Amino acid sequence: MHRPIWRAMIVPGVLALAGCQPAIWDPQGPVGEAQLTILIDSLAIMLAIVLPTIAATLGFAWWYRATNVRAHRLPEFAESGQLELIVWAIPLLTIMLLGGVAWVSSHELDPSQPLVSKDKPLDVQVVSLDWKWLFIYPDQKVASVNRLVIPAGAPVHFSLTSASVMNAFFIPQLGSMIYTMNRMTTELNLSADGAGTYAGLSSHYSGDGFASMYFNVDAMPADRFTAWIDSVRGSGDALNAQTYAALAKQSVGVTPFTYRSVEPDLFHKIVTQVLPPGPGPVDEPSPGALRRAGG
Amino acid sequence: MSITLGIIDAPHAERMPASKRIIVGFGFWIFLLSDIVMFSAFFATFAVLSGETAGGPSGKDLFHLDIVAIETACLLLSSFTCGVAIIGARARNDLMYYGAMAATAVLGAAFLFLEAREFAGMVAQGAGPTRSAFLSAFFTLVGCHGLHVSLGMLWLLTMMAQVFAKGYRADIQRRVLCFSLFWHTLDIIWVALFSVVYLMGVAR
Amino acid sequence: MLGKLTWAAIPFDQPIPLFAAAFVGVIIFGVLVYVTLKGWVPYLWREWITSVDHKRIGVMYVLLAGVMLLRGFSDAIMMRSQQALAFQAPGYLPPEHYDQIFSAHGTLMIFFVAMPFVIGLMNIAVPLQLGVRDVTFPTLNSVSFWLTATGALLVNVSLVVGEFARTGWLAFPPLSELTYSPGVGVDYYLWSLQISGVGTLLTGVNFVTTILKLHAPGMTYMRMPIFCWTALASSLLIVAAFPILTATFAMLLLDRYLGFHFFTNEAGGNVMMYMNLIWVWGHPEVYILVLPAFGVFSEVVSTFSGKPLFGYRSMVLATMAICILSFMVWLHHFFTMGAGADVNAVFGIATMIIAVPTGVKVFNWLFTMFGGRIVYASPMLWAVGFMVTFVLGGMTGVLLAVPPADFVLHNSLFLVAHFHNVIIGGVLFGAFAGYNFWFPKAFGFRLHEGWGKAAFWCWLVGFYLAFVPLYVLGFMGMTRRMQHYDVPAWHPWLLIAALGAAVILAGICCQIAQLVVSVRHREELRDVTGDPWNGRSLEWSTASPPPAFNFAVLPQVEGRDAYWRAKQQGRLGDEPAAYEDIELPRNSATGFVCAFFATFMGFALIWHIWWLVAVSFVGAFATFVVFAWRDRTEELIPAAEVARIDRANRRARRVRPA
Repeated sequence: MHRPIWRAMIVPGVLALAGCQPAIWDPQGPVGEAQLTILIDSLAIMLAIVLPTIAATLGFAWWYRATNVRAHRLPEFAESGQLELIVWAIPLLTIMLLGGVAWVSSHELDPSQPLVSKDKPLDVQVVSLDWKWLFIYPDQKVASVNRLVIPAGAPVHFSLTSASVMNAFFIPQLGSMIYTMNRMTTELNLSADGAGTYAGLSSHYSGDGFASMYFNVDAMPADRFTAWIDSVRGSGDALNAQTYAALAKQSVGVTPFTYRSVEPDLFHKIVTQVLPPGPGPVDEPSPGALRRAGG
Repeated sequence: MSITLGIIDAPHAERMPASKRIIVGFGFWIFLLSDIVMFSAFFATFAVLSGETAGGPSGKDLFHLDIVAIETACLLLSSFTCGVAIIGARARNDLMYYGAMAATAVLGAAFLFLEAREFAGMVAQGAGPTRSAFLSAFFTLVGCHGLHVSLGMLWLLTMMAQVFAKGYRADIQRRVLCFSLFWHTLDIIWVALFSVVYLMGVAR
Repeated sequence: MLGKLTWAAIPFDQPIPLFAAAFVGVIIFGVLVYVTLKGWVPYLWREWITSVDHKRIGVMYVLLAGVMLLRGFSDAIMMRSQQALAFQAPGYLPPEHYDQIFSAHGTLMIFFVAMPFVIGLMNIAVPLQLGVRDVTFPTLNSVSFWLTATGALLVNVSLVVGEFARTGWLAFPPLSELTYSPGVGVDYYLWSLQISGVGTLLTGVNFVTTILKLHAPGMTYMRMPIFCWTALASSLLIVAAFPILTATFAMLLLDRYLGFHFFTNEAGGNVMMYMNLIWVWGHPEVYILVLPAFGVFSEVVSTFSGKPLFGYRSMVLATMAICILSFMVWLHHFFTMGAGADVNAVFGIATMIIAVPTGVKVFNWLFTMFGGRIVYASPMLWAVGFMVTFVLGGMTGVLLAVPPADFVLHNSLFLVAHFHNVIIGGVLFGAFAGYNFWFPKAFGFRLHEGWGKAAFWCWLVGFYLAFVPLYVLGFMGMTRRMQHYDVPAWHPWLLIAALGAAVILAGICCQIAQLVVSVRHREELRDVTGDPWNGRSLEWSTASPPPAFNFAVLPQVEGRDAYWRAKQQGRLGDEPAAYEDIELPRNSATGFVCAFFATFMGFALIWHIWWLVAVSFVGAFATFVVFAWRDRTEELIPAAEVARIDRANRRARRVRPA
C-alpha cells in the first residue's frame, strides 16, 4: 500500500500514545490502512489552505489594529473583481481536488466491495441484539455471542442485520463501520493483517445497554481458527428458534459464549422477521425504576 | 428618526411598502407553501411505503374510484363556489357571499362525509391504518388532507359569522381572501392526491 | 381522569433531578414573589408579555435562550464529569439517567438555545436595518415566541414529572418506538418540538414576508445589510425545512399513539425513511442557525474595521448558494448505511461544494479587515475568535464529507467535536457577538467591556480544551454517547475535556457578571447617541432603545451602509418637513393565552388526558376567534409625541463628537 513519507513520520509518534487501543491511527488491516491514508491526504490538502487562512486572519487582525500607527489604511476598499475571482477560485480548486479524492476513494473503499485476495472470504453473519452481538458462521454452522473470531490475513465478508433497534458494527483498527438495521442486510468486507485481539463496539446509540456492546475480535492463524471452530462444535447449546428467543431478550454485559450448532437459514429468518424482533423492555418501566449497573 | 438620506434620484431605487392586502396575501402564500412542503413529505412517505402491504390488502383491493370521483367533483366545485364567494365579498353582495359560502360548506361537508365513509368501510373490513405500513401512509396522507378540509370548514363558518357580525371590513376581506387561498390549495393537493394515491394505486 | 399520570411519574428515588428541579422551582417562585411584591406584574404584562413590538419579542427570545443555555450547559457538565469518572467504573449517572441527559442537552441546545438566540437577534435587528416599523405580522410574532417558550417549558417539566427521551436528540426509531421506549420521554420530546416547531415556522413565514415586502423607501435588495440577507436565507430554509420535521414527528407520533407502522419493526415500517426525512430537515437546520451568525459577523467585522464589507455581491451570492445547496447534502449524515459508492460520492462532493461559498465568506471577512482600523470591542473579539475556530470546524466537516474517512469517524467523538466546533465556534460565538453588538441598541447602555472580554477568553480557551481532546478521542476509536468505558488511553483526554467544560463554565459566569455589572452601572455605560459603535446600517440612526415606532419618518435610502453615508455627508440634524401620526399594532395577549392552552394541550397529550386535550384545543381556537373579533387593532401615536421623541434624539446625536 502506498504510504506517503510524512505519514511514516506521524504514525509512529501517535502509536506511542495509542498502545493496543482501538485507535484508527493504528490500523491493522488493508481497509483501515487505506482509510487512514485517505484521511491524512484529505487533511493535508485542506491544511494547505486552512493554515495560511488562519495565519492571515491573525496577521490582519494584529496589523490593522486601530493603535498601529504604521498600518496603511484603505477605508474605502470594498470591491475588487480580481480579488473576488481569486476568493472564489481558491476554495473551488481545493474542493475539485478533494472531490476527486472522494469520488475515487468512495468506489475503492465501498464496504460491500470484496477485498482483493487469493483466499475465499470467510462468511460471517452479524446480528445486533439488545445489547449484545451475535456472530453466525453459516458455513461452519456455529455461532458466537460477543466474541468474533476470524482467521488472520484472510478476507472476511460480513452480512449484517439488526433484530431490535439500529446499531453500527465497528472494529476501529480494521476500518469501515456499517449500520445494522432491522429487515435489512448490509454488507461489509474487512481483513486483519496479523494475529491479535482488536476491540469492536457498537457505534450507533441503541439504548440503555449501549455502552456495554463491546466485543473482542480475535484474529488467529488459519490452523488455530479451524481448531477453535472444532472446539466450539463440541460444547454449548444449539441455536434454534427457542434459544434465539431467549437470546433476543434484553440483557447487558453478556459474557461471551458460543453455540455448537445453528439452525439453517436462521439469519434469513431474522431478516425477514419470521423470527420476531427483540421484545424491548418487558415490564413497563416507571422512570428511574430500571436500574442497571452499566459496568 | 428622520434622517433624510438624500433624494431618491432614480425610479428604480424607489421601493415603497406594498399595500396591506398584497402583504397579507403574500405572507399567507408563503405559509401555504410550507403546508405543501409538509404534504410533500407525506407524499414521499407514501411513495416509499406504497408496496409495503405486509400481506394485507393493496390499493387495488380497497379503492372505489367512482366514490372518489364524486369526492373530487365536490371539492373542485367547492373551489368554484369559493371563488364566487370572494367576488361576492368584494362586491359586498350578501346573497352572493353567504350563498356561495354556504354552498362551499355543503360541498365540503359532502366531501368529508364520503371520505369518512370510505375510511370507516376500510376499517370495518380490517384494513385500518394499523394493518400495514402502506395503509398507515394512506390514512395519514389522505387523512391529513381531510383534517385540513375540516379545519377549513371551521374557518369557513367563522368567516361567515364574522362578516355577519362585522360586515365587509378591510381586515375581514383580507381574511376571506386568505381562506380562499387555503381552500384552493387544498384543491391542488387533492388533485395530486387523487392521481398519486387513487389512480396509480388502482393501476398498480 | 389523569391518563397515565400517577405519583410514580415523579422520580422520588433520583436525587439529582429532584434537587435541580427544587432549586429551579425555588428560584422561579422567588422571582415571581419578588415581582409581585414590587408591583411589577402590570408593567410586565403591559410592556412585555402582551407586547407585539419586535424589539421586545427579540429581547424575550434572547432571554429564553440564555436561561436554556444554563440548563443545557448543566447537562454538558454532567456528561463531561460522568465520562471523566466512568473509566472502568459506573460513574454517578446510571445509563437511564445519562441517556436522558445527552438527549436533553442536544434538544435544548439546538431548539431552545441556538434557535431562539438567532431568531431573537433577527427580531431585534432586521426591521431596524430595513428601516421599517415592525415585522409584517406582529401579533403572529408574539404567538411564535410564546409557542417556543411552551416547548422549552415542556422539556423542563419532564425533569420532574416523568422522564425525558433516552433516544438521542433526533429520536431515531425503532428505539423511539413504543416497543423500545414505552415511557413518556419520547412523547415529551415530540410534543415540545411539535409545538415550538409551529412557532418557528410562523417566524420563518413572518420574516420572509417582512424582508421581501417591507422596506424603507429606496432600500432595494442589493442595498440591504448582509444580516438581512442571511436572515432571509435562514427564514426561507425554515419555511422549506420545518414542515418536513413536523410531518416526520407526526408520523412517529401516529406510530406511538395509534399503532401505525411508519418506522416500526413490524408490518413494513422503514427506519431508513426516518433517517432520510429527519436529515432533510436536519441539515438545513444547521444553516438556519449558522447563516444569521455569518450575517452578524459581516456586520461586526465591517463596523469595527471602519470599512464597508468587502465583496458584498459575493456575500449575497454565497449566502443564497448555501441556502440552496443545504438541501442537497443530507445523506452525508449516514454514509455508513451502505447506500453504495455512487450515492455516497455524489453526496460527499455536494457537501464539499458548500465549503466553497463558506470559504468565500471567510476570505471576504479577511479582506474587510485588510486596510481597516480595527477596534477591539468585544463583538470584534468574538468575530476574530470565530474566524479561526470556524475554519478548523469547517475543515473537519469537509473531512467527514469524504465517505471513506467518515466510515471510521462517523458517530465518533470526532464528529461530536466537529459539530460543536461549528455550532459553538460559529453559531454561539455569532450569537454572543450579536448580543454584545446590539445590546446597547436594545437597552440604551453598553455591556461592560472588561467582563465581556474575560468571558470571550474563557469561552475560547475552554472551547479548545474541551473539544480538541474529543477530536483526538475520535481518532482513538471512542464513539459518542458512552455511559462508561474500559479503554485506559481514553481517560486522560476525557479529564482534559472536563477541565475545558469547567473553563467554559467560568466564561458563562463572566457573562452573568457582565450583565449584572452592566445593569448596576448602566448610567456610566449609557449611550445617548444611539450609535455607540460608529455604526453603518439604519438601526444606529434611531435612538437607543428605539421608540415603539422605530423611525419617526421612514428613512430614504440611496445606497448600502445607509447611515454611514448620512454621517459622511453630515446630514444628521435635518428635521423632516412635517411629522405625521403613526399607527402601531395594539398589544395582544393572544400569543400568551394561546401558549397557555398549548402548554396544557401538550402536557395532556403526553399523559393521555384526553378531556384536557379537547378543552385546550377549544380554548386555543376561542383565543384566535376573540383576537379576530377585535375592532380596534391599531393604536395612534400623535404627531406631536413623535416630534418630541424625535427631536430629543436628534439633539443628542448632534452633540456627539465627530
